[in-house]
Amino acid sequence: MRKSLLVLLSTALLSGTAFADTIYPLDRATILAGSPFDFKIEFDGVVKKDDVKVLVNGEDYKTVFGKDATFVEKEDGAQGSALIVRNVALSKPGAYKVVAGNKSVAWDVFGTSATPKVKNVIFLLGDGLSVAHRTGARIMSKGVTEGKANGRLNMDDLDRMAFIGTSSTDSIAVDSANSMSAYMTGHKTAINAIGVYADRTKDSFDDPRVETIAEALRRTGGKAIGIVSTSELQDATPAAVVAHTRRRADKAEIAEMMFKVKPEVVLGGGSAYFLPKSTPGSKRKDDQNFVEMFKQEGYQLATDKTELANAAKSNSGKVLGLFHTGNMDTLLDREFLKKGTVSAFPNQPGLVDMTKTALEALSKNKDGFFLMVEGASIDKMSHPLDWDRAIVETIEFDKAVGVARDFAKSNPETLIIVTGDHTHGLSIIGTIDDDKPGTDMRQKVGTYAEAGFPNYADANGDGYPDTIDVTRRLAMFANNYPDYYETFRPKMDGPFVPAIQNEKKDYVANEAYKNVPGAVLRTGNIPRDADSGVHAVDDVVLQATGPGSELFHGYMEESDVYRILADALALGGPKS
Amino acid sequence: MIDSLHVRPTRRQLLRMAVGTAVLSGITSAKAAAAPLDFDDLYGKIGVLGLEFSAKTKALNGAAVTMRGFMAPPLKAESDFFVLTEIPMALCPFCSSDSDWPDNIVVVYLGQKQTFVQSNAVITATGTLEVGSWTDPQTGFVSLLRLRNASFALA
Repeated sequence: MRKSLLVLLSTALLSGTAFADTIYPLDRATILAGSPFDFKIEFDGVVKKDDVKVLVNGEDYKTVFGKDATFVEKEDGAQGSALIVRNVALSKPGAYKVVAGNKSVAWDVFGTSATPKVKNVIFLLGDGLSVAHRTGARIMSKGVTEGKANGRLNMDDLDRMAFIGTSSTDSIAVDSANSMSAYMTGHKTAINAIGVYADRTKDSFDDPRVETIAEALRRTGGKAIGIVSTSELQDATPAAVVAHTRRRADKAEIAEMMFKVKPEVVLGGGSAYFLPKSTPGSKRKDDQNFVEMFKQEGYQLATDKTELANAAKSNSGKVLGLFHTGNMDTLLDREFLKKGTVSAFPNQPGLVDMTKTALEALSKNKDGFFLMVEGASIDKMSHPLDWDRAIVETIEFDKAVGVARDFAKSNPETLIIVTGDHTHGLSIIGTIDDDKPGTDMRQKVGTYAEAGFPNYADANGDGYPDTIDVTRRLAMFANNYPDYYETFRPKMDGPFVPAIQNEKKDYVANEAYKNVPGAVLRTGNIPRDADSGVHAVDDVVLQATGPGSELFHGYMEESDVYRILADALALGGPKS
Repeated sequence: MIDSLHVRPTRRQLLRMAVGTAVLSGITSAKAAAAPLDFDDLYGKIGVLGLEFSAKTKALNGAAVTMRGFMAPPLKAESDFFVLTEIPMALCPFCSSDSDWPDNIVVVYLGQKQTFVQSNAVITATGTLEVGSWTDPQTGFVSLLRLRNASFALA
């Protein structure tokens, strides 16, 4: 090994060639023709600019990109040099080979159909949506009799499907930032990164950028853009529609990036990042007031469900809806239990209300629209193992899918995509029956024939069980967890907090649940610094309907999904 | 005083430390007269477009107050401040930045730097209440409510 390194080194010295370590975009990148991206080469050590020779399909990079690079002799926090060319584009589709010293990468620059296949795209993302969430939603919402579902979810009747692999450039696992980023840019990246490849420098805003779908839409045409989420609007998923940062936690800057793109419809939580720091409750560290800035751009402001209904009637088609300083409450807390932060924010709309308003406002644009709808709390409740809230969130998400399908019925030039960004280690294994004898909750878990059927009731037919605290309920367990007390019951007093950090930064079981009748301590099976359940690496199921959806099949990467979106919208078509 | 993280102090030691700090910072008399302030009392209005401090909070600005709560996981083991929260904090994997703290927190600036032990139990913090947005020049941490020259003890 050492010997071969020496040989390599001496070869390099002899030929004066600079050795590249990493070339961005990475090998096997798929790049939308005409879309701007940053080109960067990182070298292992310090090299001389004159020794750097970069060929793109056999030609000097300066000729191909039409501009010279910035050369950094020694990068901040790194031991080597770097060559950076910002904002380049390749308009001609085809295979590209980039060679720098001994390193080479291949890129697939893809074109799209010349004319759009669709007018509108509705991209619905259930954050963390796994197979068990769907199954649970179907059973809880519709019921099962003699082996057959008593009804179907809206998702169940979408025409096409694919398995989506969600792995990252730095891991087989994924998080919501880089998964959504891959969907929204066509480029895979590293965990926590949005709209950039993750380079080696510390600065989270200098990483090589790629174009987001919102930017591509602004560059190529006049479509309206909508972002709807039950989370903070700066959270990873909504952020990935518009933003560029190595660090998803850069929420104040993400709010600024969202304003720069100015999506016509922006609905969700996270007002704290829109308020200047002088306003109590703000989480900004500057004096920018994005609520006022959006208003000055002609946006109708809505801060609760009533104002949202009125905003839909506004003629401008531009709506800013902020319904919480942080993440919005779950449907179970909003509509049934009044727990969480519902007392402070009592009139929050839900995902269905927001989706309806968004469609109403966006469809005023004659050129059509791209709408992203996120059911964020499927994930936010799955992390803390609060499966009942996660399943009810899935039912609500499915109702938003129903709103989208209704829209597509009267607007057939609409592509609907329903997918998740990653999965959770959740499975449904049977039921828990309080009427089984004894106090040992484990003995009340029914499996196989003993599971029978749960006794959720939906007397008013709203699709939600009248109560989740029934005597024979779904037995739902995670395959990974920190130390926690398993109570075998829904958490009626507010979202579950399974573990608490101690002074050693380890998470220990939250004693608040210790005395729940029947609670047992479960010793965690993931590292002690994990506060909650983690994402699973399992594939995601994507479903779709409408023009262009026929391209979904088999196994695909999130980045392949972007290609289908770009093709349906003709984002790489020849310019007129 | 507690010299190291490895030493787990007894309740008595903690109390002694708290009292000692109070004496050092000269607020012993203030402590005796400190007005109790609950987390529920902090805000008069919580809304999407901002929070409003309650009349009680505004009236106590500059006065000695005492609050009960939990010490959030400290950012550093040894520091002159910590965050007091209403309920025990469990941070999400991506909440590493200070911007993800909930609204109802109070930053407690101690009379002097200490090594913390997270007791996982209710503590009482006493100090001079300071109301209004302030950015800590050392950490960049923006806080709305602070206890200055504070001390703490197990409740």
